[in-house]
Amino acid sequence: MDPRQPVKFYQTGTFTVGNRLLDTDERSVQANMERTNSLNSGHRACQGCGEALGARYALDAAMRATDNQLVAVNATGCLEVFSTPYPETSWQIPWLHSLFGNAAAVASGVAAALKVRGREHVRVIAQGGDGGTTDIGFGCLSGMFERNDDVLYICYDNEAYMNTGVQRSSATPLAARTATTPAVGPHPGAESGRGKNVPVIAMAHNIPYVATASVANLRDLEEKVARAILIRGARYVHIHVPCPLGWGSAPADTIRVARAAVESGLFPLYEAEHGEVTGRTPIRRRVPVDDYLKLQRRFAHLFSPKRDDARLGQIQAIADRNIVNYGLLDTEDARG
Amino acid sequence: MLRQIEGSRAVAEAIALARPEVICAYPITPQTHIVEGLSELVKAGELRGCEFINVESEFAALSVAIGASAAGARSYTATSSQGLLFMAEAVYNAAGLGLPIVMTIGNRAIGAPINIWNDHSDSMSMRDSGWIQLHAETNQEALDLHIQAFRLAETLSMPVMVCMDGFILTHAVERVDMPTQVEVDSYLIPFEPRQVLDPAEPVSMGAMVGPEAFMEVRYLAHHKQMQALELIPQLAEEFELRFGRKSGGLLRSYRCEDAETIVVALGSVNGTVQEVVDAMRAQGVRIGSVAITAFRPFPLDAVRAAIGHAKRVVVLEKSLAVGLGGILSDGVRKSLSGIQLKGYTVIAGLGGRNITRASLHKLFEAAGRDELEAVTFLDLNTSVVERELVRERLQRRSGPTAESVLRQLGTVASGIG
Repeated sequence: MDPRQPVKFYQTGTFTVGNRLLDTDERSVQANMERTNSLNSGHRACQGCGEALGARYALDAAMRATDNQLVAVNATGCLEVFSTPYPETSWQIPWLHSLFGNAAAVASGVAAALKVRGREHVRVIAQGGDGGTTDIGFGCLSGMFERNDDVLYICYDNEAYMNTGVQRSSATPLAARTATTPAVGPHPGAESGRGKNVPVIAMAHNIPYVATASVANLRDLEEKVARAILIRGARYVHIHVPCPLGWGSAPADTIRVARAAVESGLFPLYEAEHGEVTGRTPIRRRVPVDDYLKLQRRFAHLFSPKRDDARLGQIQAIADRNIVNYGLLDTEDARG
Repeated sequence: MLRQIEGSRAVAEAIALARPEVICAYPITPQTHIVEGLSELVKAGELRGCEFINVESEFAALSVAIGASAAGARSYTATSSQGLLFMAEAVYNAAGLGLPIVMTIGNRAIGAPINIWNDHSDSMSMRDSGWIQLHAETNQEALDLHIQAFRLAETLSMPVMVCMDGFILTHAVERVDMPTQVEVDSYLIPFEPRQVLDPAEPVSMGAMVGPEAFMEVRYLAHHKQMQALELIPQLAEEFELRFGRKSGGLLRSYRCEDAETIVVALGSVNGTVQEVVDAMRAQGVRIGSVAITAFRPFPLDAVRAAIGHAKRVVVLEKSLAVGLGGILSDGVRKSLSGIQLKGYTVIAGLGGRNITRASLHKLFEAAGRDELEAVTFLDLNTSVVERELVRERLQRRSGPTAESVLRQLGTVASGIG
């Protein structure tokens, strides 16, 4: 649980209200008029874009934590394209886009330059989507982890290549329809397992800090980024960000979809230090995976024309295993 | 100070004298000794204020250099052959971003078939990437060009490749005159970036540019390289004033004044060419040679001025444009627009094949008689080629070419197999 959070938000009967119950200095970064708007308004993200929301919260939290001493390196992808259509830019921070697969390495270079120039108070974030992280940028990411370079890498995971038109990535979940795993044939949608589990792979590098976060829990996200940005060495934060376009969900449902992923157990929220899980965010009100899947047209073939019990059983088993493995249920309420 | 050292060691020490702040290294033959030398200098504390980063690939090596350069650090890396191809995307990106990175290419062939020996296929593959490409003739020049390269790169804010022949230069122990730190410091001022990632003045670098401005961005890259045509000779002149020796520049002519035949080449083979020119001059043949140092930007006017008066030009190339012939030849021919003279392309030394004085002597004599084909492959073993062609005609599933050729030259030819 967030140690800075004296009020349990669900006491109010809703998951969204909260800041007004807290003292001013305990409120979220976004609730503060002094926030930096690192990713400023006017960009070209779609309505309900989870990545834009996640990036905005993550970077503003990092800016506040570092007293605005921050440089960001961006992989090619939606975030890069929608934020910097020539000649405009939404970035209010020093920002560099190089290539699709090298954000982690470029950030290592920025960190090395800052170190050698005696400017280590300036912190470095590398960021990219799941394609730029779990697939094409994976070599550079692993290298950065292994060297323990002084970089916080943030992956905004929307579970496919959205910028190029929703193709499968190694983060695409079982049964999801994408442009390259169409919902046709005897086994519609993506056929492989749970995607490449990069947070766990990051932990296997024994780096100082790994966390998962979700736009469903923005206080938790801010807290994790604020903690991660001040640690030295390689850090990794993996943020689950629904994509209304690619997932076929309503733009107004982005938070709802993200929350169902967390509350079903499909996207566990946890933190790890030096390869050991040190904290997890418990599920507050457990829901079956159906509640998550039904909100998204990419899974529509699991329910129509007839319910695919075999596939749904596999997906529920993944969620159940996460709940056990990460100990995501620890209250009677949640079990009920 | 005069030293008798390996070319790679000379370059490593020259790089150290240039006070790089970030060096990224990934091993590939034949450049490896350079970064090994630098790692030792950094680790021993002789090169201070420098981060030496062992990365996981060449793609990462240049990517780290991109980040470091964008954050205002003087950045260096080195590679060869497959390594250069593996970082190709970052090669174009560094140039497009206008980052003054200096990179050594220990020139080596590209596979398949895998081959670690020298030719120029690797750097030629990146000739249109927007990097300045300088070719060293000797170890002394390789050393000197690296010092000039940082000055050139940082003045124009564009990256520079210094190409030196793998093994022939990188692994050759030769005498070099190593400058002092004071001398280098007087020539190479500290790096003041044109653009830098700084929280005090946030900029967005690497933004998306559409059809409305992409042409202009590319034109400006071209324009900068055209400026380099003027800057490269200026920097070489200043270098000569400070260090007392000629190194670099656009090209060097050798005994070309009244030459009827002029040989044009890149890199270390020019030493052999000049010896053959001397021998033929002694026999009364009017022959000279031109060593081109700056391959990008290509010095069209200087080449025209150097060879335009000759009767014929022989372009000796350590690279092959498959399906066309020469690569250097294209530039040379372009420089001679409107001038009628005979032009011959000679592909030589691919994959480390020795280019001998005897072969060159015969070649240049044949050129003097205008008996060369438009494209000649020097010392090609035609019997091996013919046998392979016959084999392929006879059998559809005839197997890999390289293995078959080796078998002919090895087991079959020796009667073992």
